[in-house]
Amino acid sequence: MLEHLRFRNPDLAKRVAEKIRETAPKKDVVKICHVCGTHEWTITHYGLRSLLPSTVEVIAGPGCPVCVTPASEVDEAVALALKGVVVACFGDALRVPGSEKSLLDARAEGADVRVVYSAMDAVHMAEKEPDKEFVFFAIGFETTAPSTALEVLRKPPRNLSFLVSHRLIPPAMELLLGIGDLNIDGFIAPGHVSTVIGLKAYEVFPKAYRMPTVVAGFEPLDVLFAIYMILKQIKEGTARLENEYVRAVSWEGNIKAQEIMQRAFDTVDGQWRGLGELPSSTLKLKEEHAAFDAREKFGIRITSGRDIPPGCQCHLIMIGKIRPTECPLFMKACTPQKPVGACMVGIEGTCRIWAKSQIK
Amino acid sequence: MKTMCLAIPAKVVKVQNGKALVDFGEGVLREVDISLVDVEVGEYVLVHAGYAIQVLSREEAEETLRLWRELLEAESSLETKQQRVQNA
Ligand code: SF4
Repeated sequence: MLEHLRFRNPDLAKRVAEKIRETAPKKDVVKICHVCGTHEWTITHYGLRSLLPSTVEVIAGPGCPVCVTPASEVDEAVALALKGVVVACFGDALRVPGSEKSLLDARAEGADVRVVYSAMDAVHMAEKEPDKEFVFFAIGFETTAPSTALEVLRKPPRNLSFLVSHRLIPPAMELLLGIGDLNIDGFIAPGHVSTVIGLKAYEVFPKAYRMPTVVAGFEPLDVLFAIYMILKQIKEGTARLENEYVRAVSWEGNIKAQEIMQRAFDTVDGQWRGLGELPSSTLKLKEEHAAFDAREKFGIRITSGRDIPPGCQCHLIMIGKIRPTECPLFMKACTPQKPVGACMVGIEGTCRIWAKSQIK
Repeated sequence: MKTMCLAIPAKVVKVQNGKALVDFGEGVLREVDISLVDVEVGEYVLVHAGYAIQVLSREEAEETLRLWRELLEAESSLETKQQRVQNA
């Protein structure tokens, strides 16, 4: 559907870029922050930064789910795998570094770690092999959390439990605004997370923080248009919440998905890799579902881990403070083939995206 | 690209017991879970890691594009879009 509607039309893109140049401030630099790996991919892959005037800077916030998963939670998964539990996870979670080891390292040591495409794959695996214990390492933002919730509420087989490691986007955006010297002038909010949580989840940003906020889709034109909408607000001196992605995002979002999440999870404070503990930013299975909580079932108690290996700058990459090329290890000691930090591992990681687009 | 973050639009071809057969285009068919949405055959959904997470509006997609084109012709069309967004 979207292809033939040509959300990539280069001619249109050029003309939106012209509008951006007309609207952008002439002297002062404005900083627009997005918080989604797919936005970074679109921007980098299509070279959108090169279309922007020098007064418009677009930075990447903590938008890669595997990058923000703290080492301590990878350590939990690794510990379970080494204990003989079958750990099922999404493909890009395999190589994310824990304090010492990744799940891939655990697999090399003989652990049974399997890649799945969805939470229901894990359910099917557990059903097929009832004499083995399975754990689904459930990472991701509000886009994947509803599916984890759904499988928990469906009462999975007794030999399957969940290592819930979901994180919520709005608290991370609030964190960015609290970092004094980051000076963000506008937010591009993540389209797919927004299909679930709705526009209303971002109300606080224009209201309490006077931050222009635009929910955007993932085609090059979507992103360019969102940048234009933000620049226009800045020029007018207003801060509104706007929706560029009307074809997928409504004010309320997906209410069914939200209710399912509320039935399965409590919102609790939680760790983010390199960013520390953020209030009300992670999900935990409710008391009544404790039988499916891998942490309860196996009594794992890991509370701290080493998030950032020596020399790695992921903690600064994840808040958009520096660009990957400013990390001394980028494409030297740290490459997609031999990643040092989490931002080079996740397909949505900023370092990885820049490396793949051969930005030097 | 087999990544968890990617959400891909697909057309619903068949609905059965909370599952749907969807078409990602170019003949790529896959069964996805549709428990999180209310959807009918012929509609478009956004599929994320095996689950449809939202129904897409074809009209809105066309409308957005139309507004973009207009915007490039005359500034006033953006006002319309913004009002529409705010009223939404
Ligand atoms: S280039 Fe590698 S070491 Fe440097 S910040 Fe990125 S992931 Fe970390």
